[in-house]
Amino acid sequence: MTKELFSILLTAILTQNFVLAKFLGICPFLGVSKKLNTAVGMSAAVIFVMALATAVCFPINKYLLVANGLEYLQTIVFILVIAALVQLVEIILKKYIPALYSALGIYLPLITTNCAVLGVVILNVDNGYGFAQSMFNSVGAGLGFMVAMVLFAGVRERLESCQIPKFMQGLPITLVAASLVSVSFLGFTGVVENIFA
Amino acid sequence: MDILLPVIIVAAIGLIAGLGLAFASAFFAVPVDETTEKVRECLPGANCGACGYTGCDGYADALGKGETKECNLCTPGGNDAAQAIASVLGLEAGAVTPMVAAVMCQGNKQNVEEKLDYSGVQSCKIATQLFGGPKNCVHGCIGFGDCIEVCPYDAIFLCDGVARINPDKCRACKKCIKTCPRQLIDLFPLDTVKAAVLCKNHAKGAETRKQCKAGCIGCMKCVKACPNEAVKVENFCAVVDYDKCSGCGECSKVCPVGCIDIYKIKKHF
Repeated sequence: MTKELFSILLTAILTQNFVLAKFLGICPFLGVSKKLNTAVGMSAAVIFVMALATAVCFPINKYLLVANGLEYLQTIVFILVIAALVQLVEIILKKYIPALYSALGIYLPLITTNCAVLGVVILNVDNGYGFAQSMFNSVGAGLGFMVAMVLFAGVRERLESCQIPKFMQGLPITLVAASLVSVSFLGFTGVVENIFA
Repeated sequence: MDILLPVIIVAAIGLIAGLGLAFASAFFAVPVDETTEKVRECLPGANCGACGYTGCDGYADALGKGETKECNLCTPGGNDAAQAIASVLGLEAGAVTPMVAAVMCQGNKQNVEEKLDYSGVQSCKIATQLFGGPKNCVHGCIGFGDCIEVCPYDAIFLCDGVARINPDKCRACKKCIKTCPRQLIDLFPLDTVKAAVLCKNHAKGAETRKQCKAGCIGCMKCVKACPNEAVKVENFCAVVDYDKCSGCGECSKVCPVGCIDIYKIKKHF
């Protein structure tokens, strides 16, 4: 059981990385990866929201939707729940941890519409994961997001001090760099299976 | 009737989420100071930091809490913002002298020669650390445009290797002043005739001569010519006190290198 959970965790971080292998959450990946500290802040918020969203959506899915044969409502219900949840977290943070609230700033509301969060919840359902497996998968997905963001922030900080041809400046070179980082993650294929073999 | 259950479920979840958020926003409400809000509305919201606070919110907060009584710190907002804030807080509005940033250097390609063929990172801050920059003058504009990058209003451009500022776009937010590694950018009063010393070279006269054809050599002619005692020579470079300067132009006439000019900068729109 533990072996399986860690296999799920590592798979979500490395081989099935949400950003670099599944191409979910590309918007914040390109948008907030300019500086290392903002990248870390955004990723921390994503990990937290992913775990919370899974914890809330799992019982709703199991006892409300599946029990009544309403699986087709998953997308709309999950979006509703995630959006409300993020707003709630924002309100509570503002009241009790204003320092964290101002550090996360605009990223928290941005996560509301982040497809990676919805993606992890839906993929949990599609894979038929139980509660523990779902939680490990979503935390792993969040950690994978953080790994991708931090790595890419490093790449972008290096790019800042490069002389780039005019037509490649800005987004074009960023996209090329992103695809190269993504290709590098192909190297992890098969690693997780062999660790636990 | 199959449709009823899903509708009820989604509506119920929506209702619970909505009510939950409504209660949460009332229960966890953070009291916001009313005056702070009103002051914030008077500010332009550019978050440029010209006032010295973190942004418009920071300045409004400081004013609302009474940490500062100076309501004329917002240069982009100008007189209008100062008046509006003053009326909210019941304070005297100090007049905002409209200012505009200007690059005090004439070190273009004709006046200054390059001493090294620099092909490193195109940034003034980095280039200046390598033998004092690629140009002969170690006090003048390097011309890689760190100020252009930082300007939020797109007001700065390069002209013949020297940064220049478009007064129509400049809102005097001082970001370029803080960025320039040579401290070449100054605020210059708008709509008045004043003398401007277009040099910040603090080397001795003979050395300055070798570095730049239009550099201030500290000859003191302008100091003697000025009827208002507005010009001083500090560290071998002339400095104009804009409060005393009447814009008569005597200093400009006697300057042997032509580094003092008489300007009236005005906005066209």
